[in-house]
Amino acid sequence: MNAGTTASVPRTAAPASPLAKPRRTNPKTFAIKAIEYLVQLAVPVSVAGYTMIDDSGRIPVAVVAIILALLVAVNIALSYLAWYRLTYTVGAEDIRVEAGILNRTARSVPFERIQDVSLEEKLLPRLFGLTEVKFETGAGGGDDLTLSYLGVEEGGMLRDLVRERRDGIAPAPDSADASPAPTDADTVFAMDTRRVLTFGLFEFSLVVVALLFGFVQQFEGLLPFDPYDLDWWQEQLAGPGAWLAGLGAATQVIGAVLATAMLAVVGVATGIVRTAMREWDFRLERTARGFRRRRGLLTRTDMVMPVHRVQAVKVTTGVIRRLFGWHGLSFVSLAGDTNSTNHDAAPFAQMDEIAPIVRMARFAPPSSELDWQRTSRRYRFDTIVVEAMVFGVIGIVVAVLLPWYWTLVPIALVLVSIVGNWLGWRMRRHAIDAVQIYQRAGVLSPKLMIGNRARLQSAEVRRGPLAQRRGYASLQLGLAGGGFALHGLPVERAYALRAALVDSMALRDFAALDDAQAFNGSHSGFSANLSAT
Amino acid sequence: MDASIEAGESGLPATRRDGPDDRLTPVDPDYAKVLRIVAVLASIPFLIAATVLEVATDLWPFAFVGPVLLVAAFFIIRFPLRRYHARGYTMSEDRLRTVSGVLFRSDTVVPFGRVQHIDVDQGPIERHYGLAKLVLHTAGNHNSAVPLPGLPEETARAMRDSIRARIKRDAM
Repeated sequence: MNAGTTASVPRTAAPASPLAKPRRTNPKTFAIKAIEYLVQLAVPVSVAGYTMIDDSGRIPVAVVAIILALLVAVNIALSYLAWYRLTYTVGAEDIRVEAGILNRTARSVPFERIQDVSLEEKLLPRLFGLTEVKFETGAGGGDDLTLSYLGVEEGGMLRDLVRERRDGIAPAPDSADASPAPTDADTVFAMDTRRVLTFGLFEFSLVVVALLFGFVQQFEGLLPFDPYDLDWWQEQLAGPGAWLAGLGAATQVIGAVLATAMLAVVGVATGIVRTAMREWDFRLERTARGFRRRRGLLTRTDMVMPVHRVQAVKVTTGVIRRLFGWHGLSFVSLAGDTNSTNHDAAPFAQMDEIAPIVRMARFAPPSSELDWQRTSRRYRFDTIVVEAMVFGVIGIVVAVLLPWYWTLVPIALVLVSIVGNWLGWRMRRHAIDAVQIYQRAGVLSPKLMIGNRARLQSAEVRRGPLAQRRGYASLQLGLAGGGFALHGLPVERAYALRAALVDSMALRDFAALDDAQAFNGSHSGFSANLSAT
Repeated sequence: MDASIEAGESGLPATRRDGPDDRLTPVDPDYAKVLRIVAVLASIPFLIAATVLEVATDLWPFAFVGPVLLVAAFFIIRFPLRRYHARGYTMSEDRLRTVSGVLFRSDTVVPFGRVQHIDVDQGPIERHYGLAKLVLHTAGNHNSAVPLPGLPEETARAMRDSIRARIKRDAM
């Protein structure tokens, strides 16, 4: 892990690996890239062709075909050159990639900075037996190292090699048998088809509807009518749709109900399909080197994350799934899944399945002896008043401008916000023990976050103008790859917590904390605790 | 394990460090002047805009320039002093504490073991007064950069060197 060990890896051992010389990615790569570009081109090109032929009628089809053929040829040539000019080298201390047709770039990533390695097989490369290898450094902004595409075997070998070098293990004399990892892997959590489909039921999503709107906006000019032309719609209604308009209010209500039902069906179906695509055959394993997670139907991903990279764990749930005891567990770390800063570890599981995984990540579920603390009562009062005032102002404006019964809406909102904030205050609690800090919050979908005190990066006590007068403060903790903030603490408590946390951060002997972390007492109070709040 | 970690009331140690009433080391008094010059520079565009409006419209004299001048005067004369007095820091053997802000008080502690890298920045105005800004970078998403401006340049460099000597290998 540290520089001493990495440096002590004998350099002479490096050439033993077949990856030590500059290598190209798999030759099929350029074919796949070319196909990908062509698929991307297909829509704009066909749209352009359609308008060119349709509008003037003077440009012959042959010209369009030649332009298309040229485009395809240039595309393939560029893809080939890009493939030819990209090489990667696995050195003794880093992995280097040189790429670029005209502008050459050379990137070097030291092994010890690599947070996790993942293999991603999208549908098309998968058909060719290829995979994409991603090295995440946590640099943010997608500045990581990606090699696409390598043969599945080569990718796996590269990953194992990089992991070994990173962990300071000297390369094996012959790296051919350096893949015992899959055999000693324990499956920690897996989702069968039934579980995945159940999960999908709760992942209601209207993204299809949004996509449809986006599509209409994008291709407005191509539609045979103008979707924003009210007259056109009225004409349609007056013609074949007139019978609908003539049927009266009751039928229109039925129509609205039907439309809502349709929307619900679309939402549920989208949720199931999207979830199945993402989570199919979900498998989380504990290998000698960390957690390994595989999932996906068309795009299959294979991610490995060392246990010591887990900075905090998060247990979440949803409004409805909670009633059935379903929760999700994710790991906070510098690297994360696409579109997320966390790694899903068990996205849809019961509490008794989650607790062992939490322990395996060297975190302890909250014990029943924890002294949970609420936030300041003054903070509760201020939050309620401030939020109610916002709705109150809206209410006054509405009362002036609209008929009186419209003011019922802001009044209802004021009441909902008061009750919501009150309940929210009751649910928001935090606790601290010798090793960890805990926070839970949320009324309808409670969240639990567990951070390791020794892994925090900084601690800030923050007080706004109101907080300064009313004697409370926020404690903002620096966490690699996530946020951990305790709001509305009494000032005394915020400073006391900060003093304790910084002391455990500044401890010189991390080993002592790691030992204390190996909890072996039973923490059966975990699920009971969460459901009790 | 350190004795101070032993659980006291609700899991907290009895010893309290970095408390709200601890004495802080003030930054260099010239820092107030730097803030003042920055405020002057920042108010120039507003003054120009006010003057243009003043000339272009036919309202009573100082209708635009007057209020802008008053606000600018507050931000140039009064506010830099308050900000200067709000700022302070404590450097102990294993951590740096920085305090700042008038309306929004911020009080941050960074243990040296968590520092990823350190910058010493100096702008043209700061250079004129021989001041510099020390920036500690951490791996956390929140407070990924903790600035401490208004230090005499040699103090900033000395702090950087002594913090660098105490950085441990990262514990991530």
